[in-house]
Amino acid sequence: MAREVTERTGGTERLVLMGIHRRGDEIAALLHDEIEKAEGKPVALGSLDITLYRDDLGTVGPRPLIGESTLPPEGIDDRVVVIVDDVLYTGRTARAALNELMDWGRPSKVYLCVLIDRGGRELPIQPDIVGRKVEVIGNRKIEVLVPALDGRLAVEIVKNLPAEK
Amino acid sequence: MTPTVAHFGKDLIGLEPLTGDQIRAILDTAEPFKEISERRIKKVPVLRGKTIVNLFFEPSTRTRISFEFAEKRLSADTVNIQTAGSSVVKGETLVDTARNLEAMRIDMVVMRHSASGAARFLAERIPSNVINAGDGSHEHPTQGLLDLLTIRDNLGKIEGAKVCIVGDILHSRVARSNIYGLIKLGAEVAVCGPPTLQPVGIEELGVHIFNRVEEAIEWADALNVLRLQLERMQSGYVPSLREYNRLWGISTARLEHAPKELLILHPGPMNRGVEIDSDVADGEHSVILDQVTNGVAVRMAVLYLLAGGAPEKAESAKGGAES
Amino acid sequence: MKKKTGAKAAARFADGAPILFRGGRVVDPSQSLDGVKDLLLVDGRVEALGKGLSAPDGARVVDCKGLVVMPGLIDVHVHLREPGGEHKETIQTGARAAAAGGFTAVGAMPNTDPPIDNPAAVAFVLAAGQRAGAARVYPLGCISVGQKGERLAEIGEMVAAGAVGITDDGHPVMDSGLMRLALEYAQIFGVPVADHPEDLGLSRGGAMNEGLVATRLGLHGKPNASEDVHILRDLIVAELTGGHIHLQHVSTRLGIDAIRQAKARGVRVTAEATPHHMLLTDEAVEGYRTEAKMNPPLRSRADVDAVIEGFRDGTLDVLATDHAPHHYDEKEQAFDDAPNGIVGLETALGLVHAHLVGPGVIDLSTMVERMSVSPAKAFNLPGGTLRKGSPADVTVMDPAHVWTIDADTFLSKSHNTPFNGWELAGRAVMTVVGGRVVWELE
Repeated sequence: MAREVTERTGGTERLVLMGIHRRGDEIAALLHDEIEKAEGKPVALGSLDITLYRDDLGTVGPRPLIGESTLPPEGIDDRVVVIVDDVLYTGRTARAALNELMDWGRPSKVYLCVLIDRGGRELPIQPDIVGRKVEVIGNRKIEVLVPALDGRLAVEIVKNLPAEK
Repeated sequence: MTPTVAHFGKDLIGLEPLTGDQIRAILDTAEPFKEISERRIKKVPVLRGKTIVNLFFEPSTRTRISFEFAEKRLSADTVNIQTAGSSVVKGETLVDTARNLEAMRIDMVVMRHSASGAARFLAERIPSNVINAGDGSHEHPTQGLLDLLTIRDNLGKIEGAKVCIVGDILHSRVARSNIYGLIKLGAEVAVCGPPTLQPVGIEELGVHIFNRVEEAIEWADALNVLRLQLERMQSGYVPSLREYNRLWGISTARLEHAPKELLILHPGPMNRGVEIDSDVADGEHSVILDQVTNGVAVRMAVLYLLAGGAPEKAESAKGGAES
Repeated sequence: MKKKTGAKAAARFADGAPILFRGGRVVDPSQSLDGVKDLLLVDGRVEALGKGLSAPDGARVVDCKGLVVMPGLIDVHVHLREPGGEHKETIQTGARAAAAGGFTAVGAMPNTDPPIDNPAAVAFVLAAGQRAGAARVYPLGCISVGQKGERLAEIGEMVAAGAVGITDDGHPVMDSGLMRLALEYAQIFGVPVADHPEDLGLSRGGAMNEGLVATRLGLHGKPNASEDVHILRDLIVAELTGGHIHLQHVSTRLGIDAIRQAKARGVRVTAEATPHHMLLTDEAVEGYRTEAKMNPPLRSRADVDAVIEGFRDGTLDVLATDHAPHHYDEKEQAFDDAPNGIVGLETALGLVHAHLVGPGVIDLSTMVERMSVSPAKAFNLPGGTLRKGSPADVTVMDPAHVWTIDADTFLSKSHNTPFNGWELAGRAVMTVVGGRVVWELE
């Protein structure tokens, strides 16, 4: 995936990786390290918390906690931004991330990179870089585990979606 | 799945009915909103399509503008109504105002009124969220919250902090909101000022009383200096502004006797040379402009927390965060 | 909706027909009487009181087994709002509300618009009261012209026109010199000077009792001292002049102590206790409830206890409701802007019976003393007794009748009461004025 990113974006010079909080962040960080190792050059990294851009806030009861969005110091104007998330499902998060990105600045180009594409899109949004495409039926859930949050890197399909706590 | 902040009700009328945890949650929510005001595009779509009326029955520039910025930065549509009139006229229009707002399907109302209890009066009569922007001598909860946030930012924590509110406690809604908020978050609170401006029974709220400001300075980590309204002199609570400044004014000379560095807050607008001297207001320990900055963030947080959908929809919404 | 019970019930028997109350517990402290007896009313007078009375021809016989028969209750402190405030109450609706609450007579306060400060105005109230055909309405006149506290009104002329007392109620007489003149002058006409004891300097800006609740709510307080100072002033001036001072709605501990001491010294003083100052503290204001806004304000627990004790031992010898009707939208305001006062005529008997007689704070005889005998004495009114030959004003109460206060059913035009929803045992079931049934519970 790291190689595909640099191929698509034409090197690291104008590249900014923007992970979507919280697990997209972690995937972006892993990608970031891989690319820096492979290219031997520093790569800009940021994160997006899309809470305030969600399209369901008018109906959500308890308010979600808001995380922090961080930008690389040089900003994103005229840069090639790769939005990174763990799972692409309905496309609504990607839509929110795009909107937030546009409020931050004007990138020259934006790509969407996800570890897992599980289908089930509700908006006309498609990823540019996909780790793996997995067909999952609606009531099942796919979970990406990352070392920083879960202690290991894994992808699990949870059968019979458990009741939310 | 998505961590959430607990609801604290339809309205924000005061800090007295809130728990320490609820107050802490508002302050924590204010943190990420500070950053939005630093962006080039200072706007997020979180309240897009919501209609908010800023209903000010008393003249106010600072609070109204702070709310208006907070609302606009959250993309709400806002209407400002500012009226001033005799007490009777205000009283009569309050019920009608409530009915009119209800008829116009307003989502939220931010109200300032000269009568204590006015915000609660409105909140009990309309389905919209009501935020109290100051009701008489009762409460001014967002001012209390921004003072708390400023103290927390500057002292690191509120628990154990010694905060003295100096001035006209009797007529001050800022003082009451500060007292409730500070005590719920574990601070020690004192009040200091002319005995004529101390309300009866204030010590039963759990505050110390200092008659002399020198004692307060010796004791406190932070001073919240209240504005002395000119009317207090006209109605005889204090003999003159000059004497007030001599006895209770916060000056550099007085602060030199402080055993430690004191944080100086003031809810504004200041009467320089009356309750606070310019060299203190503009001095290095003054966090008065931090308060103004925090005011917008705190109000954004309150608007965000109140503007949510109905709690009964919470269950279905929880799954919505999946990508 | 409203149950207009009175008129229909009264129409079943011809006016003036004799009435025999058979087998009730007759409580009449004016004759130190408390026992099962029959009471016969003929031609608007008490004809006989005794055992085994026989009913004259055409008499209505009322079976009073289990009921209490007492001299008609008198409330010497009501605001009937007419003229000028007819949207709140009229003399007719007020007199009917009084009858429904078991009162056979009320003393109407003169703070109307215009105020009752001249004989013509007194005559107007008296005539309107007679037309109402319910409880008797006794007008009080103003102490000062226009209640301005500047110079005496025509007290002699007003008494001649039917005024039973003078007062500037609602406007305390702040000028001690004027109070001295009133107490001196009123003596020769045999009427008391009733005063609303409040030092306006000490109570300035206040909307409720001074204390923790006011401080928390951000409302300005009226300290007890504002009432204490004025009570002491009135007592001292009454002592100086030998005049009869009647202190209205006393609510403070120190004030009651002062009255007790003055009575012991022989000062001519009578004083009122209200049901609300015995049953509610300033905590009832919590939530900015304007139906708990009144003047004097609801006070602390210690004051409530003192009022009850003063009422029990007779320091406060008169129960008065300070019935103060207000239109609903006048109370539907921010607390500071809402007017003072609550209605009381239709709740007083039930409240006193359920909450003071029921728990044994006072006995039934003391209740009748405070609600009928003493008020009649204080204002030299006919009534307050069931002696042979006295006016046939009778209240019949069912002490076991359990009911819930529902302001929507009040006969008063106004519904402003903090007692709505209270469940009480004890209610007037029949009110008779001058031998006529003016109200009867269906």
